[in-house]
Amino acid sequence: MIRFTNVTKHYKTNIGLDNVSIEIERGDFVFLVGASGAGKSTLIKLILKEIDADSGSIMVNGTEVTTLSNRLVPKLRRSIGIVFQDFRLLPRMTVFENVAFAMEIVHARPRAIRRQVPQVLSLVGISDKAYKYPDELSAGEQQRVAIARAIVNNPTFLMADEPTGNLDPETAWEIMRLLEQINIRGTTILMVTHAKDIVDRMGKRVIAIDNGKIIRDNIGTYAIGDSYEA
Amino acid sequence: MNSIRYNLKQAFLQVVRNRAMSLASVFSIMAMLLILGVSFVTVVNIGVAMEKAKEGYDTVLIHLEDDTAEWQVENIIDTLRSMQEVQEATFLPKDDALEQWKTEWGNYGYLLDSLPKNPLPDGVVVKLSDLVGADKVVRRATNFNGVLEVKYYRDTVEKLMKVTNFIQMAALVIMGFLIIISVVVVSNTIKLTVFARAEEINIMKYIGATNWFIRGPFLVEGVIIGLISASLSVGVISLVYYKVIELVQSDITNMFKFRLVPMEFMSYNLIWIFIALGVSIGACGSIISMRRFLDT
Ligand SMILES: Nc1ncnc2c1ncn2[C@@H]1O[C@H](COP(=O)(O)OP(=O)(O)OP(=O)(O)O)[C@@H](O)[C@H]1O
Ligand SMILES: [Mg+2]
Repeated sequence: MIRFTNVTKHYKTNIGLDNVSIEIERGDFVFLVGASGAGKSTLIKLILKEIDADSGSIMVNGTEVTTLSNRLVPKLRRSIGIVFQDFRLLPRMTVFENVAFAMEIVHARPRAIRRQVPQVLSLVGISDKAYKYPDELSAGEQQRVAIARAIVNNPTFLMADEPTGNLDPETAWEIMRLLEQINIRGTTILMVTHAKDIVDRMGKRVIAIDNGKIIRDNIGTYAIGDSYEA
Repeated sequence: MNSIRYNLKQAFLQVVRNRAMSLASVFSIMAMLLILGVSFVTVVNIGVAMEKAKEGYDTVLIHLEDDTAEWQVENIIDTLRSMQEVQEATFLPKDDALEQWKTEWGNYGYLLDSLPKNPLPDGVVVKLSDLVGADKVVRRATNFNGVLEVKYYRDTVEKLMKVTNFIQMAALVIMGFLIIISVVVVSNTIKLTVFARAEEINIMKYIGATNWFIRGPFLVEGVIIGLISASLSVGVISLVYYKVIELVQSDITNMFKFRLVPMEFMSYNLIWIFIALGVSIGACGSIISMRRFLDT
């Protein structure tokens, strides 16, 4: 599904990623952990081709991203659901419209939009807020909308960059249960997080990076007595 | 179909949300179109006047001395008719000439009634078949006995045309500048709305909207602004031109044997020119304003 082969990305003065190779299989749930500045967001941005790698190969769903033409970048991004720490909802649209927008982008038919949006809203548990605007919602509710938007086109792959970073622990857990549910339905998930307790309790695969290098890749916990605490 | 509705809806919302900015754009495009319209109206009228003047090219008017005998006149006419360059030569008695003059002056023709005696001489009107031979005909006519003078206006008309050609060229250059200026003004106006929405545009890009999808509403916004400006400008220009015709037509133009191009013709052409210009200025302005945002 996702395969990094010897990927290096250096910024002018900092190391983003340094000779990284990773393989994520279809249906996986993977945590990406590491200290601030370790290179986690860099990895996400490379997958979205928001930035270009200096060298190496990045395969996403059978597509080589490093040589993908700009024209095809939107198509790549539509095949990937994305959730951010700061939600990034369109402020002038209602909850319904925000989710519908993701479908309009792929030129879905109005009938399909009217059918699917309510389904997804009910899946993430905010059907009753469909006609509210983002600033009328709590943080947890906004993140549910963002997740609804990310999955409405049924992507096979969902990336989340610190999706629980702005949420209180209880709300964070609700979001995690939602993501787990989405993963069980077959969607591959890559989640960046600093939340040690979440990683430890979920018991999923954990990839740890430090200073642009993979330092650990195993099933289990955030870290064992080492330096990158949340 | 879905996306047409989406674009229209978003564009109208943007225009309404940025009322002040939209209005500023409309005014700047209007100012440009109005100046352009005035230039257009002037250029067209000059052009028509010149076409009219050119018609005089193929006519040479010979004034005869008062005491020229009938056989002399017949000789002149026959000789001229036999020339290859002459299509037709006809006698114009001075009373007919005065009548023509009166008709040309229209409402003011009565002024000529007060003349004590007809100031015009008899004449011969020569229609040329070939403009190239004009000089030859003029030279031949001058040499007849009984000829007072030979009138041929080509040189004067050509000098005049050089001037009007220059005016027309200048008008075109000014129009070109104006178009560029208004594209810049509109693109700056729309840029403000784009800046205000930079974050939203970024989000759209993140979830995979194509550049054209993002551009759509802004493009339509530019087109709407262009259309509004075009319609208002056509209205203003037509009204002003109508007033000008009403004021000026009967008085001055008749004396110069020239009528202004009718308003219906002007308006009909201006509508299409203005709409085409307004829409392209609006669209170009909006595309330019987004260039920097959508380069990836
Ligand atoms: N646009 C950029 N220009 C220059 N350096 C950058 C840029 N983006 C990131 N970096 C640097 O690259 C390194 C990795 O950054 P990255 O954003 O991937 O970290 P991260 O693991 O996501 O950190 P955090 O947990 O704080 O989000 C850091 O040293 C950062 O300062
Ligand atoms: Mg980060």
